[in-house]
Amino acid sequence: MAYNLKEVVANKPSRFTSGHRMCAGCGAPPAARMIMRALKPEDHAVVAGATGCMEVSTFIYPYTAWTDSFIHTAFECAGATISGVEAAYHSMKKQGKLPQDGETKFIAFGGDGGTYDIGLQSLSGAMERRHDITYVCYDNGAYMNTGIQRSSATPKFADTTTSPAGKVIPGKAQPRKDLAKIMVGHHIPYVAQTVGYMNFKDLYEKAEKAIYTEGPAFLNVLAPCPRGWGYPTDMLMQINKLAVETCYWPLYEVVNGKYKITYKPAKKLPVEEFLKPQKRFRHMFKPGNEWMIEEFQKLVDERWQELLDLEEITNRD
Amino acid sequence: MGIRERLSGNEAAATAMRQINPDVVAAYPITPSTEIPQYFSTFVANGSVDSDFVAVESEHSAMSACIGAEAAGARAMTATSANGLSLMWEMIYIASSLRLPIVLSLVNRAVSGPLNIHNDHSDAMGVRDAGWIMLFSENNQEAYDNTLMAHRIAEHKDVRLPLMVCQDGFITSHSIENIELVEDDKVKEFVGEYHPEHYLLNKEEPIAVGPLDVQSYLFEHKAQQAEAMENAKKVILEVAEDFEKMTGRKYGFFEEYKLDDAEVAIVCMNSTAGTTKFVVDNLREQGIKAGLLKLRVFRPFPVNEIAKALSHLKAMAILDKASSLNAAGGALYEDVTSAMYVNNYHVPAVNYVYGIGGRDTKADEIEGVYKDLLEIAKTGNIDNPYRYFGLRREAK
Repeated sequence: MAYNLKEVVANKPSRFTSGHRMCAGCGAPPAARMIMRALKPEDHAVVAGATGCMEVSTFIYPYTAWTDSFIHTAFECAGATISGVEAAYHSMKKQGKLPQDGETKFIAFGGDGGTYDIGLQSLSGAMERRHDITYVCYDNGAYMNTGIQRSSATPKFADTTTSPAGKVIPGKAQPRKDLAKIMVGHHIPYVAQTVGYMNFKDLYEKAEKAIYTEGPAFLNVLAPCPRGWGYPTDMLMQINKLAVETCYWPLYEVVNGKYKITYKPAKKLPVEEFLKPQKRFRHMFKPGNEWMIEEFQKLVDERWQELLDLEEITNRD
Repeated sequence: MGIRERLSGNEAAATAMRQINPDVVAAYPITPSTEIPQYFSTFVANGSVDSDFVAVESEHSAMSACIGAEAAGARAMTATSANGLSLMWEMIYIASSLRLPIVLSLVNRAVSGPLNIHNDHSDAMGVRDAGWIMLFSENNQEAYDNTLMAHRIAEHKDVRLPLMVCQDGFITSHSIENIELVEDDKVKEFVGEYHPEHYLLNKEEPIAVGPLDVQSYLFEHKAQQAEAMENAKKVILEVAEDFEKMTGRKYGFFEEYKLDDAEVAIVCMNSTAGTTKFVVDNLREQGIKAGLLKLRVFRPFPVNEIAKALSHLKAMAILDKASSLNAAGGALYEDVTSAMYVNNYHVPAVNYVYGIGGRDTKADEIEGVYKDLLEIAKTGNIDNPYRYFGLRREAK
C-alpha cells in the first residue's frame, strides 16, 4: 500500500508521547515517533536508549515518554544491552516461557556520540553476533547533551565547544566518519541512511524495513540540533530538506550488500545553502574563507560520487 | 546422597551453571575464569542446557547484556576475573542499582598493573561497595555450593541484588579436587523457577528501566539498595539452612575453625583458609590455642556477628590478599576492626597484606603470623599494625 502520512498518523497512535523534554526544533523526536509508528500496532517493542539527549529528556523518574518497554543502562552500551534483551527473548520463547502469540521487536536509539564514538565497539559486537535488532543512530553531529563537543560525526569546519573556530584553527579539522559504511562492512541484511523529509516517507519506509528484516539492521538518521547547529527552531524541516537536496546527507539503503540511493535530487543544490543557515559554519562565510566552502563542497561531491559508484558496482549483474 | 566427582574450581562453577540452566549467559574470555564460558558454551553446543550463550566482544558488554537479559525477565549469568571486572565496573553499579539478581562467577586475580594473571583479591576489593552480594569460597566444593545458593538469595523479593561468587584464580580454579555434586533434578528443585514481578518482555505491562534519577529521588533509591543488602543477611542464612537439609553441608556468614577457645586467631577469605586450618591443627598439637575465622559473606558484611565471634581473643590478625594502597590497611582489616569498635570490643589487631600477584602463601608464613600474635597477646605491643608476609624486602 502506498505511503500516506495522514493515514499513518490517523491509524497508528504515537508510541512516543508528548510531554518529553526534548528541545523545540530538534530533529530526534519526530524521527523517533515515526520509527516507532513503523511497528505493527499489535507488536510489542523493547527500546534501549544510550545515555544522551533523548534518554535524559524522555525518561526522567518517575515519567516516561515511551509506551513500549524501555531500558537505559549507560552511554556506550545500547548495542550490548539490547543484545541481552533480544537473547533473553530468544531463549525464553524457545523454552516456552513467553506467550507464543505476537512478536516483540528490539530497537536501540543512540546519538552519534553513543554510536560513532564510545558505543562503536558495543554496536559492532551486536551487529556481528546477528541479533535480531534495529539500531537507530540519531546523528546530530556532536555531543549535544553535554554542550556541543565535537564527535567523529561532526563535519569538517564545524564550530563546536571542543573544536572551536579560532584565529588559527577554523573549527573541526577532520571530515566526518562514514558510519553507515562501517555497518555495511558487517555484512548485515539492512543498512540505511535517512532523515525526516517529504512527509517522512523515506524515514518511515526504511524504519519498517529495518524493524521487520530478520537479523540486525542499522538506521542512520540525521537529527539537526537547533542549539548545536544554530538555526531557528521553526527551520528544522527546511534544514532536513537542504541536507538532502545538497547531497550532504544522501538517502540510501543497502540491502544485503546492494546499494540503492532512494532519492536523487534532480538538481543538486550547492552545499552552502545547507551551511548558511547554521551558526556553526558562520566563519566559513567570512571574506577570505571561501576555500572552506570549496573544500566542503569537494568533500560532499566526492562522497556523493562514491555512493553513485557503489550503487552501480553492487547492482551489476 | 550426592555424586562424588573430581573437578577443578572452574569445572565446579560451570557444572553449577549447567544445573541451574540460566536463560542467558554472556561472557568474555579472561584468565583464569575463561574455562567457565568455555565449558558453558560446550553445554550449549551439546544441548545440555536451554541457555542462549552471547559471546560478547568485551566484559563491559558482558555485563550490559546480562543487565538487558535480566531486566527482560531472564536469568542471566557471567564469569570474569581482574581487568574484566574492572572493565565491567560501570555496569556492576548499574546492575545493582536496577536491582537485577545477576549471578557472576568471579575467579579472583590481580588487577593490572603491571600485568599479572595470578591470584589475589584486588579485583573483588575494587567493587566491594558496588552493591553486590559477595560470597567467598575456600575450595571447589564451596564455589559450587555458593553458586547453587546464589539465585535463591539474589532473587528473593526482599533482596533483589546481584551476587558474585568468588574463588581463588588457579589455586582453586585450576586445581582438581574431590567434590560432592547434587543431582540435577534436586538442583532444579532447590533453585526453582524465576518469576520476576516486572520485566521488559511482559507485553501486558510495559515497563521502563534505568531512568535519569535526579536530586529528588536518587537518595531514596540508594537507601533502598542499602536496605536490600541488610535484608540479604537473613535470606543468606535461610537459604543456607535449606541447603544443609539437602546436602548436609552447613554454611553461615563465616566458618569458625577451632575459634571457640582460641586465644589468637586469623581472619581470612578463600583458599588461604585451607592452609591456615593446617597450621591451626599443627599449633593445637603443640598446645597453642590458635583459631581461624574464614569469612564467607563479605557483602553484606556481618558486622555484629563477626565482632562477637572474635571478641574473646587476646590478639588477632586480619589477612588481606589485596593492598589498599591507602596507608591505613586492607579492606578486610578495616571492616573487621571497625566492626569491633562499634561493638565496643577491644582486641589487639594487626593486618597482613600477603599473596599479591599470586605470591605463594606458605604454611610457615601463616605460622609466623600466629607466633607474632602470641607475642602481641603476651606483651600487648603492636609497633606496626600494617604488615606484610611473603614480601622479599624487609617491610618498614
